[in-house]
Amino acid sequence: MREGSYGGARLLVVDDNKVNRLLLTRNLELMGLKVTSAENGRVGLDMLRRDSFDLMLLDIEMPEMDGFQVLSELAKDLELRDLPVIVTSSLEGLENVVRCIELGAEDYLTKPVNPALLKARIGACLEKKRLRDQQKELVRRFANAEVAQDLQQTGFSLGGKRVRGSVLFADIREFTPLAESQPPEETIELLNTYYTLMFNAISGHGGIVSQIAGDGLMAVFGAPLPLADHCDAAVRTALEMIELIELFNVEQAAGAKPQIRIGIGIGSGEMVAGYTGTNERATYTCIGDTVNVASRLEAHTKATDTPILIDGETRTGLRGDISVEGLGPVAFRGKAQTVEVFGVKPPRTR
Amino acid sequence: MPEGTIDRAVFEELKLTAGADFVSELVDTFLSEAPGMLAELRRALEASEADRFRRVAHSLKSNSNTFGASELAAMARELELGGFAAARENGGEPLSALAHEYGRVAKELTELKRA
Repeated sequence: MREGSYGGARLLVVDDNKVNRLLLTRNLELMGLKVTSAENGRVGLDMLRRDSFDLMLLDIEMPEMDGFQVLSELAKDLELRDLPVIVTSSLEGLENVVRCIELGAEDYLTKPVNPALLKARIGACLEKKRLRDQQKELVRRFANAEVAQDLQQTGFSLGGKRVRGSVLFADIREFTPLAESQPPEETIELLNTYYTLMFNAISGHGGIVSQIAGDGLMAVFGAPLPLADHCDAAVRTALEMIELIELFNVEQAAGAKPQIRIGIGIGSGEMVAGYTGTNERATYTCIGDTVNVASRLEAHTKATDTPILIDGETRTGLRGDISVEGLGPVAFRGKAQTVEVFGVKPPRTR
Repeated sequence: MPEGTIDRAVFEELKLTAGADFVSELVDTFLSEAPGMLAELRRALEASEADRFRRVAHSLKSNSNTFGASELAAMARELELGGFAAARENGGEPLSALAHEYGRVAKELTELKRA
């Protein structure tokens, strides 16, 4: 009956009763699992915080710190809240089972635990854990730490909340002729390099990339987590983006490859931030007038030949050392009121 | 040996899934832990610590079930579920009955683990 299908998975057994602890450990080891045990909740929690485990089997009735308290502690702990827990107890009363599940336990097994049932539940739990880890990894890769954490904390739900922040749109100028002038593989490579550079600049200043489409991207500063200097952070990001593109162009020139230019628009103010889409496919994004203004400003860089354009509210939020130039009010399509437009001067071209 | 001390089916199943040698060691562990539990029940009763009383009774119930000691488990369960008051009213008599049943269980388990 020795089996290694979950080989390497690490389990923590927490039970104050020695016979229970030994028997559970034995059953689990026979399944090919690595087992560590603790004699009460306090000791168990310390072990979880020191070491990494894939699953915990938790007794409820224990001195020092009981199972309910352990479950509550886990729920509060960002690092540990996703650890699957199977409660093993001979506690009387259905309300206790309900309480465990409400506190986040994955499953509940009555003691003495039937080994076959134990094996099935552990298999299911480890599989769920594996999928969850994979999902977390995906979210991390395609969103970023802040959105991933926000998702973990609040759970996934469509719908938004009102926030104050800055939105940045960036686009490669004359991208279509550029793409047509070279093999598609080179265009993809160029885009990958471009996005890597831009993502670095954005996350380095506390922003998140909300959307990318073709050669354009949208970044948000101030959501899902509030950012005190969101205007300043967005503009400094824009300046860094321009600087990185200049460096990138030097490299391109050395390889006799085409140069690129970008236009950036930034708008600040209130917006609605949240997940839009369906439960199957959704993105974290922001909508509202502020977003529209930022998008229009980005498009307007073509007309002004200024790489970075910002609105009045963004300008108000800037700290001292960034110089801007008033370009006067502009009437954008679809907007009743004109927008005060300011051009930001990259230090190098000053 | 009276009926119902150790449920043989439960005990055999335990040996089958966990291995005879291991169960033999597990019995030894239980036999060395259980007297302490019985003593702690009495201390908890004397010190009027209902919560500790309930917890120890719960633990004893759990272990009794593991080895198929059905009667001992049933007695421990009764103590767990509001048995504290009853035990106090009857001058600890339920604890004596429990200790007596444990004696029978210990004897039979010792024989069974050799078998």
